[in-house]
Amino acid sequence: MKNFSWRVILVFAVIIAAIVYILPTINQGWWPHKKINLGLDLQGGMHLVLEVDTEKSVESTIERMTYELRSLLKKENIRYIGIDRIEDTKISLKIRGNNNILSFNKLLDTELKDLRVLSESTDDEILTMVLNLPDNETRHIKKLAAEQALETIRNRIDQFGVNEPDIRRQGEKRILIQLPGIKDTQRAKELIGKTALLEFKLLDETHDLDAALKGNIPAGSELLYQDNEDSATERVIKSPYLVKKRTLLTGEYLTDARVQIDSQFNEPYISINFDKKGARIFERITEENVKKRLAIVLDNKVYSAPVIQEKITGGEARITGNFTTEEARDLAIVLRAGALPAPVEIIEERTVGPSLGADSIRKGLISMYVGGILVVLFMIVYYKVSGLIANIALILNIVLIAGGLAGFQATLTLPGIAGIILTIGMAVDANVLIFERIREEMNLGKTQRAAVNAGYSKATLTILDANVTTLIAALVLFQFGTGPVKGFAVTLSLGVLASLFTALILTRLVFDYLLINRKIKSLSI
Amino acid sequence: MRFIKSDINLNFIGKSKLAFYISATMILISFFSLILHKGPKYGIDFAGGTLIQVKLFAPASINIIKSGLDTIDLGKSSVQQFGDKEENEYLIKTDISVMTSQGLSGKVKNALEAATGKEVEIRRIEMVGPQVGKDLREKALFAMFYSLLFITIYISGRFEFKWILSGIMAAALMSSVYFLSFINLSIPILITSALILALILFWFLNLKYAMGAIVAIIHDVIITVGIFSIFDKEFTLPIIAALLTIIGYSLNDTIIVFDRIRENLKKYRKKPLDFTINKSINETLSRTILTSLTTLTVVIALFVMGGGIVHDFAFAMIIGILIGTYSSIYVASPILLIWRRRGKKIQL
Repeated sequence: MKNFSWRVILVFAVIIAAIVYILPTINQGWWPHKKINLGLDLQGGMHLVLEVDTEKSVESTIERMTYELRSLLKKENIRYIGIDRIEDTKISLKIRGNNNILSFNKLLDTELKDLRVLSESTDDEILTMVLNLPDNETRHIKKLAAEQALETIRNRIDQFGVNEPDIRRQGEKRILIQLPGIKDTQRAKELIGKTALLEFKLLDETHDLDAALKGNIPAGSELLYQDNEDSATERVIKSPYLVKKRTLLTGEYLTDARVQIDSQFNEPYISINFDKKGARIFERITEENVKKRLAIVLDNKVYSAPVIQEKITGGEARITGNFTTEEARDLAIVLRAGALPAPVEIIEERTVGPSLGADSIRKGLISMYVGGILVVLFMIVYYKVSGLIANIALILNIVLIAGGLAGFQATLTLPGIAGIILTIGMAVDANVLIFERIREEMNLGKTQRAAVNAGYSKATLTILDANVTTLIAALVLFQFGTGPVKGFAVTLSLGVLASLFTALILTRLVFDYLLINRKIKSLSI
Repeated sequence: MRFIKSDINLNFIGKSKLAFYISATMILISFFSLILHKGPKYGIDFAGGTLIQVKLFAPASINIIKSGLDTIDLGKSSVQQFGDKEENEYLIKTDISVMTSQGLSGKVKNALEAATGKEVEIRRIEMVGPQVGKDLREKALFAMFYSLLFITIYISGRFEFKWILSGIMAAALMSSVYFLSFINLSIPILITSALILALILFWFLNLKYAMGAIVAIIHDVIITVGIFSIFDKEFTLPIIAALLTIIGYSLNDTIIVFDRIRENLKKYRKKPLDFTINKSINETLSRTILTSLTTLTVVIALFVMGGGIVHDFAFAMIIGILIGTYSSIYVASPILLIWRRRGKKIQL
């Protein structure tokens, strides 16, 4: 009976391992400290999928290159008629004069060799050229934008303070965010979705605002608005500003952003600090533009447009506006974490309130108990003692699934509970197959021991075949599913494996023990 | 105790013609209902849109809720009771998504509280953008297709020892689907044609067991989808999970009968094939019925007590289990006989 004792050890080892893994779920402090994770649908929380508009990051790169190209040509004393961004991601360029064209062509082979020439024509000493970035460079920019967006969002969420957030890339340009137990979902969404592009731009004070509002916007300027919420009426009033398009300074040089309370008006404001380079640029801007108005623009919204009184050294500035303390705090977080390299859009959201999650758990457990008890009773009535053995297997099955969930750190979801319930119904199938086979063999006149042996040996392959197909369906489901559905695939797979183990090894062991070791002649089946 | 006597011998194969008409009728009705409803009714997982589950702390009529919602712009929207009536829960669905969803739940809460004069709890929000919905729809179809394909490889391998043949066939099908998915062919058409092609290949390659199993599965899935369409229920991600489970379950039943056929073919070499098949179905009948009963028991428990979110999932499972049990007896096995009736040489 060497084989027998080996199986006993295996069975006990598996059961004990499962129980050890379940213990931390019952009492958090216990080793091995792996609780069964509850899905967002059971514990409440928010699931978001964001799409990073990576195309925009290419556009802004091209925009920046257009600026750089202009200053480069100025520096090299090459006169040009126009350098502009066209069709979002292309640079069009016009240069007149043979000398200029000649020196430009030299430049093209040295400083500008990273650019791809799409078309080129020279007509009457005018060179017209369209340039863009090579495909692999575009891909690289897009990839970088998605990665950077992920990092920035991770930073923001960390600073916002969420327990065990799960943030990961999904595909090329999507970001999956799971925030368990979060209550203020609206605030979290605003915090995550804000591009937070901070820009300092001069107001266009030479042109008339009213004319611009009528549609007569001067080239190089644009209309931006400031939102002012009247706290009494809760109405948002938009006030327009005519702002120069050119960005003088962005938030990329920011080192810190903190909420401060203005002692005079008792209103929160955000104090920001620039690094050395940023401070130098800020100093220069303020020096050159004394008595002019500098607009502080965040995501194309004007926050304030103070008059520059004097040169500001030290690289410190403040953003004021009608903030609540909460808004100011969130704004400080996004400024500290940095701007997103490209805008993001929420393309999927699933939020479950904590009370609904608790309800789902309660209802799931009730239907599990009711279904389970009915099946257990049925098995005892139908198969008597053998039914009892099958029931032990069934209960161990659930223990194994729970242990597996904790051990593999899988997530239990509501469909996952449904999967366990389904397993209860299907787990007895293996035992039913065996028992029916044993009954058949006994009808042929075999002794019980021989019938059990024959029953198990004939049913084993059938059980394997039947369960492998369910396992295939479950694995495909796992591959394709998201969140809750994945949880279903997990418990279904664990359930299939557990029922294979209990039916083929565990109940066999019990039968063998009773029939061989205890020499029981007949078992009711 | 036993429900079914061990010497039971019902003539299942003799009724296969009747079963064929019944199946054909059910499939026709399914298609008819699908055409009448202009295809499957997609939930927001697949169609895109927003779903908000609200709980009122005092009963209110659905009309009050609707008139409350009229004060805010919800686009094309619907309101329905959700779960048990005493719970006062409602599902609000709209087709707007993504950009406009900013602050939507707050607006709904305020509007409902103003209309009912009582506190309202927002219990669940699901918003799916149109692109995500389309992606999920395609993924779901691919999942069904691939699970079918893998299962048939397994069956052909295990039952007819044609691992390589079925493997090559599956690889060819998979790669052609993969490459065809790059050209702008609509995914449902792509998958349907791949399935039809698979059936033709099974036929010519003489993969009888795989053919029987896959026909039974397609039969089950079509009828379940049809019944969903008749009851005007929505397809959501959990329903796809249910359909895949039904595939697994129906196969489970089918394989157990097939296994017995294979075993009995060795035992009764002299007997005609329909006798052997019929005997095999009878021998496994007790198990088939018992397992269906226990599984049905738990699924019904889930249906009655599991709450609104898993209600439709359990409903799909109930239908699937019933149809799957029927099909493993009346659909999968009789298909094995087609080869004999065609006068081909049988080597089952």
